[in-house]
Amino acid sequence: MSTTVAERRIAVAAQRKHSLHRSRMWALWGSYIALSVFVVMFLVPPFYTLMTSLKSSAEISAQTGSPWLVRHPTLENFWYLITYPNFQRYYLNSIIVTILTVAVSMVISVLAAFSLSRMGFWGSQTLSTGVFLTYLVPPSLLFIPLFQIIGQLGLINNFWCLVLLYPTLAVPFCTWIMIGYFSSIPKELDEAALIDGAGYLQMLWKIFIPVAMPGIIAATIFAFTVSWGAFLYPLAYLYTSNQMVLTVGIISDLIRGDVFQWGKIMAACLLASLPPIVIYAFLMDYYVAGLTAGATKG
Amino acid sequence: MAEVSCRKVVKEYDAGVQAVKGIDLDISDHEFVVLVGPSGCGKSTTLRMIAGLEEVTSGEIWIDGDVVNDVPPRDRDIAMVFQNYALYPHMSVFDNMAFGLKLRKFPKQEISRRVDEAARILDITPLLDRKPRALSGGQRQRVAMGRAIVRNPKVFLFDEPLSNLDAKLRVQMRTEIKKVHQTVRTTTVYVTHDQIEAMTLADRVVVMNGGNIEQVGAPQELYHHPATRFVAGFIGSPAMNFLPCRVQDGTNGGLAVRVTDSITLPIPPARMDRYGKFKDRSMILGLRPEHLFEYHEQAKPGWTRVELPVDVVEPMGMETMVHFFVDGVPVCARVDPATHAEPNEILPLTADLNQMHLMEPETGRVV
Amino acid sequence: MADGTSVPIDVIAPGQVRARRNTMQRFAQRRSTTGFFLCLPLILLIAAFVIYPAFYAIYLSMLNKKMTAFVGLGNFQFLLKRHTFQLVIFQSCLFAVTSVVLKAVIGFILAHLMHNIPGKNQRIWRGLLLVPWVIPLALSTLTWWWMFDPSYSAFNWVLNQFGIDNVPWLGVGWTARFCTIAVNVWYGTPFFMIMYLAALKSVPEQLYEAAAIDGANTIQKLFFVTLPMMRNIIAITVLFSLIVTFADFDIVRILTAGGPQDMTHVFATYAFQIGIQSGDIPLGAADSLFMFPILAFAAFFVLRGVTRRTKEIAA
Repeated sequence: MSTTVAERRIAVAAQRKHSLHRSRMWALWGSYIALSVFVVMFLVPPFYTLMTSLKSSAEISAQTGSPWLVRHPTLENFWYLITYPNFQRYYLNSIIVTILTVAVSMVISVLAAFSLSRMGFWGSQTLSTGVFLTYLVPPSLLFIPLFQIIGQLGLINNFWCLVLLYPTLAVPFCTWIMIGYFSSIPKELDEAALIDGAGYLQMLWKIFIPVAMPGIIAATIFAFTVSWGAFLYPLAYLYTSNQMVLTVGIISDLIRGDVFQWGKIMAACLLASLPPIVIYAFLMDYYVAGLTAGATKG
Repeated sequence: MAEVSCRKVVKEYDAGVQAVKGIDLDISDHEFVVLVGPSGCGKSTTLRMIAGLEEVTSGEIWIDGDVVNDVPPRDRDIAMVFQNYALYPHMSVFDNMAFGLKLRKFPKQEISRRVDEAARILDITPLLDRKPRALSGGQRQRVAMGRAIVRNPKVFLFDEPLSNLDAKLRVQMRTEIKKVHQTVRTTTVYVTHDQIEAMTLADRVVVMNGGNIEQVGAPQELYHHPATRFVAGFIGSPAMNFLPCRVQDGTNGGLAVRVTDSITLPIPPARMDRYGKFKDRSMILGLRPEHLFEYHEQAKPGWTRVELPVDVVEPMGMETMVHFFVDGVPVCARVDPATHAEPNEILPLTADLNQMHLMEPETGRVV
Repeated sequence: MADGTSVPIDVIAPGQVRARRNTMQRFAQRRSTTGFFLCLPLILLIAAFVIYPAFYAIYLSMLNKKMTAFVGLGNFQFLLKRHTFQLVIFQSCLFAVTSVVLKAVIGFILAHLMHNIPGKNQRIWRGLLLVPWVIPLALSTLTWWWMFDPSYSAFNWVLNQFGIDNVPWLGVGWTARFCTIAVNVWYGTPFFMIMYLAALKSVPEQLYEAAAIDGANTIQKLFFVTLPMMRNIIAITVLFSLIVTFADFDIVRILTAGGPQDMTHVFATYAFQIGIQSGDIPLGAADSLFMFPILAFAAFFVLRGVTRRTKEIAA
C-alpha cells in the first residue's frame, strides 16, 4: 500500500519535472524562432545592398524578375569604383579625416579624463557635468553658426574643417567613458606609482593607459564610428569632389540628376561600410562596452 | 635605514575635521612599529603622511634626520605595501618589482640582481613571469612586499597588508613579514586594526584612538599595564570585562571593590597603596576573561571565589568561553573545557585579582 | 630619535614656519594646476566649437536675411506663422515620439528574447542584431531609398507577388512619414536592445528566485522585479534616443529631402534647406534653436538618470 503511494508520488514528481523541462524548452525554442525573424528583418537591407552591388547596370534596368536575387553576379561595380579616381579620393579623404579625428580626440579626452578623474581642481566637477551635456548636443543644433564660423576661418569646402569639428562630436563621449574607466582604477595604484617614483605623465602613460586599455579601445572605436559615418557637416561644408568624404561623395557623385547608378551606389555603400564592419567583427565586445558605458557616470 | 619622527603632527580635512590631532612619535632605526586602533582612529592617515600621500596640516615629519613635509613621496626613499596590494595589473611580477628601479634609472643588471634576490627571499622566483591576476592572494602579497624590498628604502610602510587574506593565510603571512624584517632589518611602520597582528609583529605598538595616541609600548607592556580603559579594552581577545564598582573598606582592614550587593572582591594587599586614595569613589573594575576562570580548591593569594549565573557557553576546543550578566553588564570568563557549565545554572569561578585594573570612569585612566 | 639633528618645533622662528606653509600650499596647487592644463584642450575645444557657436546661433537668429539688420524675434515669429514650419514641428514630434516608442518596445522584446537563450549563444545573435547600428546611417539609408524605389522597388515586388498594387512609398505624405520612421526604428532598435540587455543582466538572479518563492508568475516578475530594476536605464535610453531622434538629419535628408510637399521635414533638414541651400542663415539658425528647449529638457533628465544610476551601481 505505502509503496504504491510512494511510487505514485515519484511518478507525479517526474511528470511535473518533465512538464517544467518542456515549458523551458518551448520558451527557448520560441526565443530562437522570434530572434531569427528579427535577424532576418534586420539583415534585409544589408543583404539587398550586397545583391544589388553584384548586378550589372543592364540587369538592374531590365526590371524583370525578383530584385532580391542576382542572376549574373559580376564585380564590375566594385572594379569601377576601385579604379574611379573620385571614389579613391573620397576614401582617402575619409581615412585622413578619421585618423586625425581619432588621434586628436583620444589625446584630448585621455588627458582630460585623467585630470577629471584624479586631479580635482576648481570647477572640475562642473566640467565633468558639462562634458556629459556637450555629448548630448546633436550636430544638427549648431551646424548653421558653425557654417559661419568655418566660413570666417576660410575652411569652407576644405576637409580640414572636419578635423576641427568632428572632435566636438567624439571628445565629450570619449572623455566621459574614459573618466569611468580611470575612476575604476584603484587609488592605491597611483599611490604605489607615486612612491615608486612616477610623475603624473609617467603615471598616465605607464599605468593608466595600459590598465584602461579596454576603455581606450572602446573610446577609439566610438571616435572612429562618429568620424567615419558623419553626414551633416560634410554635406553642409564641402561641395567639390576633391574635398568630399565617402558619405557625401557617394551621394553627390553617383546620383547625377535623376540618374541613379544603383549597382555602383550599393557597391560603394558596401565598400564604405567595410571598415566599421570589420572593426565591429573583431572588436565587438569593446564596441558593446562603449555603447553601454554612456549610461553611468565616471 | 633610518629613524622616523612625528612632531605634533596634525591632519585636518577640508571640513575642519581633525583626523590626526597632533601626535608625537619617535621610531628608531631597524624598529618594527605597529600603529593599531579601530577604523577612523587616524592610523592610516598617519602612515600616509609619513609616505607623503597626504599633506601634513601642521607639525613635522622627519625621516633620517630631515624634515620631509614638502618632499614628494618618490623622493622620501620609502616603500609601501597596500591593503589591496596595488600591483600593476598589466605588468608581470618581475616588472612590478622592477618598476620603481626602472623609473629611477637603475642599470638593467642591478635591477635583475635585486629582483632575483628579493624573489629568493620571498620564495616567488617561479612566479616572476606571471601577471598579478594569475596569482593567489598570498602570492600577490609577497609580490607587493618584493616591490618594497627591491627598492632597499629607508622605511617600509605597511597599510593593513593582511586584511584581504583569509584567516589561515593571514597567520602564515604574518610570520613571513616578521621573517623578512629580521632579514632586511629596515625600519618599518605597520598599520593594522587587528590587535593580534600588532602584538605578534611589533617591537613597539602604538595604540591610536580618535586621532590621538593612547599608549606606546612593547606588546607585553600594553597587555599587562594598559594606560587607559581604551587600551585595556582593545588589547587582548576576548576583550577585558569592565564592571562599574565602588572602592570601600574590606575585611581585616583591607580594601575591597563592591561590584553588586552580592559581589564584593577584596583588593590584594600589594595594591592597597595604589587604590587607597580612591576609597568611596565610583570606579571601573577591569578584569580580563583569562583572569576569570573555573573555581580551584587550592586558591592562591589574590584569588577570590565568585558565583555567577551562566548565560551562554561557547566551547572553543582548548578552552571554553562562558558569558554572564552582572547587573546587566556582560562578563566573559575563560574556563577549562572540562568545566561543566550549563545555561541558567550557577557557576563557581575564580577571579585572579592580582591582575585587576581600576579605572576612573570620567577619564578612562588606569590608576 | 638618536641623532642630534632634530629641532623641537617651538625653536623654529615664525618666519620659517610661514615659508614652509607657502611651499606646502604651492605643492598642493601644483596638482590642480597640472589638472587644469590637462583639461585645457578639452575646454578650448568645447568653448570654441560648442559654447561660442551656441551664443553665436542666438545672435544670428536675430538678424535679417542679409545679416545687415537686427530683427529681434522676427525670425521666430515668421517661422511660427509659416504653414511649412508648423508641419515641421508636427512631423519632428511625430517622428521622434513614434520612433522612440517603437524602438523602446521592440528593443525590450529583443532584450528579453536574448536573455532567454544561453549565454554562450548570445554573442552570435547579438552580433547579427547589432549590424544595423554598425553601418553608417547615411549609407544604409541609401539602401532603404533603393528598396523604396517606386519603379523597381524591392518591397513593391514582394507586394506584387501577393497581388497587391505598387505603393508609392516615398511619394505620398503619410507613407513617406511611415518610411522615415521605419528606417529610424530599424537603425536604432539594436541600441535599445543592447542597453536593456546590459540592464537585464545586472538584475540579481536571487531577486527572481525570491519572487518565484513568493509566488510571482512571469508577468508579475516582469512588473515587480524587472521593470522597477530597469526603470532608470529605460529612462536614460529613451531620453537619450529622444534627443538623437529628434535632431536626426540623415534619414529624412536622404530618403525624402523633406518632401513630398514638405510633409516629412524635421527641424534639422528644414534648417539645412533654408539655412544652407537657400542661404537664409538667420532663419536656419532660428529653426535649429527651436529644438533647444526640448533637447535641454531631455538632457536634464538624462543627466539626472545617469547620476542616479551611478549611485545605484556604487551602492
